[in-house]
Amino acid sequence: MYQIIEKQVLTPVSKLFVIKHPQLAQKAQAGQFVIIRLHEKGERIPLTIADFDAKAGTISLVVQEVGKTSQEMGALKTSDQILDLIGPLGYASHIQNYGTVICIGGGLGIAPIYPIARALKKAGNRVLSIIGARNQELLFWEDKMRAVSDELYVVTDDGSSGRKGLVTEVQKELINKEKIQKVFAIGPAIMMKFVVETSRPHQLSTIVSLNSIMIDGTGMCGGCRVQVGGVTKFACVDGPEFEGLDVDFDNLFKRLNYYRDEEKVAIKKQHLCRLDNIK
Amino acid sequence: MNKTPRQAIPEQEPALRIKNFEEVALGYTEEQALLEASRCLQCKNSPCVSGCPVQVQIPKFIQLIKEKKYLESAKKIKETNALPAVCGRVCPQESQCEKKCILGIKGEPVAIGRLERFVADYERAHSTEKVSQVKSNHVKVAIVGSGPAGLTCAADLAKKGFEITVFEAFHQAGGVLVYGIPEFRLPKSIVQKEIEKVQELGVIIKTNMVVGKIVDIEELFQQGYQAIFIGVGAGLPSFLNIPGEDLGGVYSANEFLTRVNLMKAYKFPEYDTPVKIGQKVAVVGGGNVAMDSARSAKRLGAEVYLIYRRTQKEMPARTEESHHAQEEKIIFQILTNPIEILGNEQGNVKAIKCLKMELGTPDESGRRRPIPIPGSEFILEVDSVIMALGNKSNPLLTTVTPGLELNAKGNIIVKNEAGQTSLANVWAAGDIVTGAATVIEAMGAGKKAAQSIMTQFSKVN
Ligand SMILES: Cc1cc2nc3c(=O)[nH]c(=O)nc-3n(C[C@H](O)[C@H](O)[C@H](O)COP(=O)(O)OP(=O)(O)OC[C@H]3O[C@@H](n4cnc5c(N)ncnc54)[C@H](O)[C@@H]3O)c2cc1C
Ligand code: FES
Repeated sequence: MYQIIEKQVLTPVSKLFVIKHPQLAQKAQAGQFVIIRLHEKGERIPLTIADFDAKAGTISLVVQEVGKTSQEMGALKTSDQILDLIGPLGYASHIQNYGTVICIGGGLGIAPIYPIARALKKAGNRVLSIIGARNQELLFWEDKMRAVSDELYVVTDDGSSGRKGLVTEVQKELINKEKIQKVFAIGPAIMMKFVVETSRPHQLSTIVSLNSIMIDGTGMCGGCRVQVGGVTKFACVDGPEFEGLDVDFDNLFKRLNYYRDEEKVAIKKQHLCRLDNIK
Repeated sequence: MNKTPRQAIPEQEPALRIKNFEEVALGYTEEQALLEASRCLQCKNSPCVSGCPVQVQIPKFIQLIKEKKYLESAKKIKETNALPAVCGRVCPQESQCEKKCILGIKGEPVAIGRLERFVADYERAHSTEKVSQVKSNHVKVAIVGSGPAGLTCAADLAKKGFEITVFEAFHQAGGVLVYGIPEFRLPKSIVQKEIEKVQELGVIIKTNMVVGKIVDIEELFQQGYQAIFIGVGAGLPSFLNIPGEDLGGVYSANEFLTRVNLMKAYKFPEYDTPVKIGQKVAVVGGGNVAMDSARSAKRLGAEVYLIYRRTQKEMPARTEESHHAQEEKIIFQILTNPIEILGNEQGNVKAIKCLKMELGTPDESGRRRPIPIPGSEFILEVDSVIMALGNKSNPLLTTVTPGLELNAKGNIIVKNEAGQTSLANVWAAGDIVTGAATVIEAMGAGKKAAQSIMTQFSKVN
């Protein structure tokens, strides 16, 4: 059992949890993820580590309430317990002084891009960050991101905060304006795909973090497999970060959608159970 | 001469059992067990014992059954086998102890496995005895992996006073016994009980610990562990590398079985993990893992094709398993080799394209080599495909352990039967050393490693 020692409501649909796990906090690095299971009947889901504090012995996870498990997690409170927490898993981001880098966080992806931007900054890079969301309500950590970036650009689909538009528009302008050595992008799969397409004409290396369906997270089941450069890779052990220029995103979308109907069944059941409780 | 025939074990009827995940074999009644035990000749040289990788004192435990001393009989088995209720169910006795049974020369061997199961189950139901912990010798040993190899090594050392901590990557201990072998062959409550017995010896099991990630071998030594045993199994799924293997609905057997067994997807949506296979399923392979996958898919309501490139004779699965599968109306599509998986617009499996094969001359394994018949291509419409092609060794821990010697397949090289590796004070056993093998072989090797650890540390202390 792992205790939640702090909960923050980042947006109406995303919550941040600070969880006590000293040994994991010691080991965690930017780019890695954990797997959680909330209760005896729960599923195992991967969550990228949004922050870690070795001294305090905590890690932070951010969840967006999209499926049954993330909704259940979103409902947890400070001092509640999480049954299982496994990690750190996957490889850490490859951090070095590349020169000038762009860090893009879309929606929930703002959380995991933050420690990467911070580490890149610390390594001496000129960090240009772009964070985006559908609207202002869904944006968070603008100040945190600003603190670790040389320049920060905020975009929303509806213009309710920052500039109206897409992260890729800013990305394109930055690429045209100055020599960029590397892009790091985390967000919805579709966003990462378009970020990669924006980089492609310049053959600009673009690291993406793939959120495929996982079970064990240790390379045992192969459920998380993705096509990278024509080769099958396991996102949990070979990734989660890959060179986006080589990733077959269409294949990723298909595999991500495989359990969509079952997710609906699970959510429906959960809501029915809640109704039962009310009665 | 005793003319009692080998006692059949009562089983759930095929038509009934394909609708549930409950155990297929129901176990002997006391009467059946006594009849079966009466067949044992109590040979002085006990050839059966030499067929057992952990040397269970077979004639002795059977003699105790004859005397109706069931609890003592169970104790006798447990002297050398920490998991009798498991072994009585999943060991390939036909190629081990029962193969050596004298009765087997002219007729049918004593049903040793069924008797083992009987006493283990009897003990579980009737014994109130708690295992007592031994006084500590203050030697800390870390065991990595809680499969049969790790659990056996842990139990044997704990009985001698070693302080044992088991590190397990999953949220539950047991290895393949909990994530691979299905409920209907090995009920998880039984595995759980056996694990509790090991814990009663004082063994601490830490789950959710992926060694190589949260802690590595060197750090374990720094934490004061004096010996380390690696029993991480063979957890790396194989694929065929044919087009279409990344479609939705293509599973490795590991993924499929883990969803169904460990995560209880057969109880979805009561349990949160789903498994979707559709109406028609192709399982590719001919081993025990393929049979377990096929029979699980059947119980989820699908029509199941088992695609295997040789004939039934060459199948590596236990005869009992393929027999059960056939009783359950699994369709054996033998002499068939998949060459492509076809998908629909959503990117999910629609069909599997196969070639017919014929058998040629024997290959390295001594089995006749399957050769494709030109122009024999055909398409089988299915909704999902489960690849049960065997497991290779998972590199997660071994590749971050400097100095640990591996062979070309990635298995840990051991210097001797005791399982000593190229690293001082590091032992290894089970599937990570041998490649995918059996529960009892993993246990046997775990035992030898325990013995070796005891010898080494009794010298020091
Ligand atoms: C579906 C299936 C059916 C089978 N049926 C039979 C049968 O009927 N009879 C039979 O005798 N054999 C059978 N086998 C084979 C048998 O299960 C294995 O040979 C045996 O379990 C091997 O034991 P082990 O202890 O070496 O490894 P495993 O049982 O694989 O256990 C290894 C454990 O180590 C853990 N682990 C792995 N990496 C790490 C790490 N880095 N850190 C911490 N923990 C880690 C794993 O999670 C796992 O729990 C079957 C296998 C499968 C897959
Ligand atoms: S999640 Fe199972 S192999 Fe990656």
